[in-house]
Amino acid sequence: MNAIYQQFVGSLHQLPYNLSQHMLISVVSLVLGIVISLLLAILATRRVSLRWPLLTSASIMQTVPSIALLALVYALLLGLSTLIAQSGAIGRIQGISFITAIVALTLYSILPVMRNTVTGILGVDPALIEAARGMGMTPGQILRRVQLPLAAPVIIAGIRTATVWVVGIATLSTPVGQTSLGDFIFTGLQLQNWGAVLLGCVAAAVLAIVLDALIAALQSAAEKRSVARGIVAGLGLMLVVGGGLAPLVIPKPDHLVGAKTFDEQFILASLIRDRLNEAGFSAAKQEGLGSTIAFTKLRYNQIDCYVDYSGTIWAVQMGRTDVADADTVLAEVTRWLKAEHGIECLGKLGFENAYCLAMKRSQAQELGIRTIADLAAHASELSIGGDYEFFDRPEWKAIRNAYHLQFTQQRKFQSTLMYQAVHRGEVDVISAFSSDGRIAAMDLLVLEDPHQAIPPYDAILLVSPKAATAPGFLDALKPLLGSINDDTMRRANYQVDRGDDKRTPDQAARWIEEQIAGH
Amino acid sequence: MIRLSQVGKSYDQGKTWAVRDLSLEVEQGQLVVLLGESGCGKTTTLKMINRLIEPSAGTIAVDGQPVLEGDPVPLRRSIGYVFQNIGLFPHMTVGQNVAIGPGLARWKKADVDRRVDELLEMVNMPPAEYRRRRPRGLSGGQRQRVGLARALAVRPRIMLMDEPFGALDPLTRDVLQDEYRKIHQKLGLTSIMVTHDMTEALLMADRIAVMERGSIVQLGTPHELLTAPANAFVDALMSTPRKQAQRLEALMEEGATS
Repeated sequence: MNAIYQQFVGSLHQLPYNLSQHMLISVVSLVLGIVISLLLAILATRRVSLRWPLLTSASIMQTVPSIALLALVYALLLGLSTLIAQSGAIGRIQGISFITAIVALTLYSILPVMRNTVTGILGVDPALIEAARGMGMTPGQILRRVQLPLAAPVIIAGIRTATVWVVGIATLSTPVGQTSLGDFIFTGLQLQNWGAVLLGCVAAAVLAIVLDALIAALQSAAEKRSVARGIVAGLGLMLVVGGGLAPLVIPKPDHLVGAKTFDEQFILASLIRDRLNEAGFSAAKQEGLGSTIAFTKLRYNQIDCYVDYSGTIWAVQMGRTDVADADTVLAEVTRWLKAEHGIECLGKLGFENAYCLAMKRSQAQELGIRTIADLAAHASELSIGGDYEFFDRPEWKAIRNAYHLQFTQQRKFQSTLMYQAVHRGEVDVISAFSSDGRIAAMDLLVLEDPHQAIPPYDAILLVSPKAATAPGFLDALKPLLGSINDDTMRRANYQVDRGDDKRTPDQAARWIEEQIAGH
Repeated sequence: MIRLSQVGKSYDQGKTWAVRDLSLEVEQGQLVVLLGESGCGKTTTLKMINRLIEPSAGTIAVDGQPVLEGDPVPLRRSIGYVFQNIGLFPHMTVGQNVAIGPGLARWKKADVDRRVDELLEMVNMPPAEYRRRRPRGLSGGQRQRVGLARALAVRPRIMLMDEPFGALDPLTRDVLQDEYRKIHQKLGLTSIMVTHDMTEALLMADRIAVMERGSIVQLGTPHELLTAPANAFVDALMSTPRKQAQRLEALMEEGATS
């Protein structure tokens, strides 16, 4: 309990920035959503033929899981930006993560506001509409002076629902690269930092409740025609929104170091950030980026650098299915990144983090398994667990085809839970990362790859086209090359992964610095 | 003057007619009552005059001008309309309700305020007391007074009234009937009023048009209707007030002799 409290308090310093981003995407989406849904609702009340299609499509939108909607919008925008870039008409879409969050959240806010507006307008006593017509009001005047004021309580109830939904769902915009209160939840889940998870949940819930209460107060003031109450509620709303947004005007760091969704990336991002700050740059981390999202952000200069792995670029970005030795892969990756995207690949950090297949040493010995080739004979009686990406990655196809693997069952896990699953015997084999500290801690055996089906995964430092030209930027990072060996990285990872005496990524990064200095 | 010529309304392309081949002339300054049972087409006829319902056939002219061409909005603004269920807007104060017409006509604010006070005085609703009240807090009679004031706000020369006193208690109804008759006279209005109340029709109308199944079966003064009903239906309609009057007379005499 005390540990969670410590973690909770320890995460508080990130609250102003995360809250301001969360507030920004929530408020922008809500304002857009309200305007769009009011217009659609008015259209739906005037054209009976449009009512059903509009309300149904809004309902269908709502049934799409929110995280999937975000992913779809992201993919769509990415496709669009590529098209636009190819046509050469306009530059690349900037801030694709921000726009993704806005579009998805706006879509989500439409249903409650639109449905309530339609219900509210159609619920106005027809006798009053006739009275308004009889007095010579035009349809527009009837809408503004009779229908909307009378429907206002129902419409505002819809706005309140949308507010609560949007503030909650905005936490899911973290994986598409938009900072939100979800940063606490996603990195907290990864690091088993339950205090941070709790902070994210509490902050989002409090924000939703406060905004809801203030809108309710505004509504009640409007109903009672109380100017004084209206002013108080309005000021309160402005104060909360303004206060939440305030950290946005604090000068942002000039440079952002990206991190994907796992511990090693958090540690390395801390390390790089500290190096940059020491060299006189102002840098901050942006954590929890999906693999492709980190790469896209780098390409478009939305982050300045991050650590990727040569095999990932080779297989995922370049689409190569063949396997080559480590030096060839690195050379080709470096050339390709520069030529295709202007990305600077500084070189290897020194350690490798390859996908590998691992299983409990005791079970492996029992079955006489040492290599993936040995595993193939037993696979039909065993189950395999992978992280969310693994089974869709080309590496998995390469391994499967090279060794003709056929497991009884294939399950996906969040990576922390995946290790626990193999430890408890829920699955027999997992897709581990070779630099993961838990391999040693849980006494797992990494199976050899005699056919060399898995490409090499040297950790490489990538710098965005823009940052690569910043004077001194590359020089500040170059000393890191070749400075972290497999053992150092594995031990640093374990400090963050382990259950007892857990360290934060910042602490593990400082520990790596000490190791580097010690050499 | 209002003139309806062979006006008809059908909702099914002429298979059946809610109002059929109806012609009626209302002279300047007259109060004509459309009298009939529910469903006879009297409200439909009234609403066709300001085009709340568009006629399917015939022509309508107000002061010699055909009203079925052009935009209905200016037409409606120039005609006062009192609704059966009053139709005061609950989100507006009494004063705001009365001010709607002048507001739509873009009067100056000071003129609107003066007019609202004047109208509330006229319908015996002291403005100081009622201007800021909301319709919810008013009695049925008070609401219809406001409804009347609202209809009169832009000084229309024509008033259309759809069972304006139908929902009121008899005492209030009597007072308001009297007051309206005086206002009608004083302002020189031309009024058409719909009712199914025979007594109301007889007491208020200059002329009565008795309607049955979408057509006028007799048009005449109250005296003519009472003394020379055109058919059995009109005779039956008139029998109730006639019997009431005879009974009342008998009661009065009884009292006088005892």
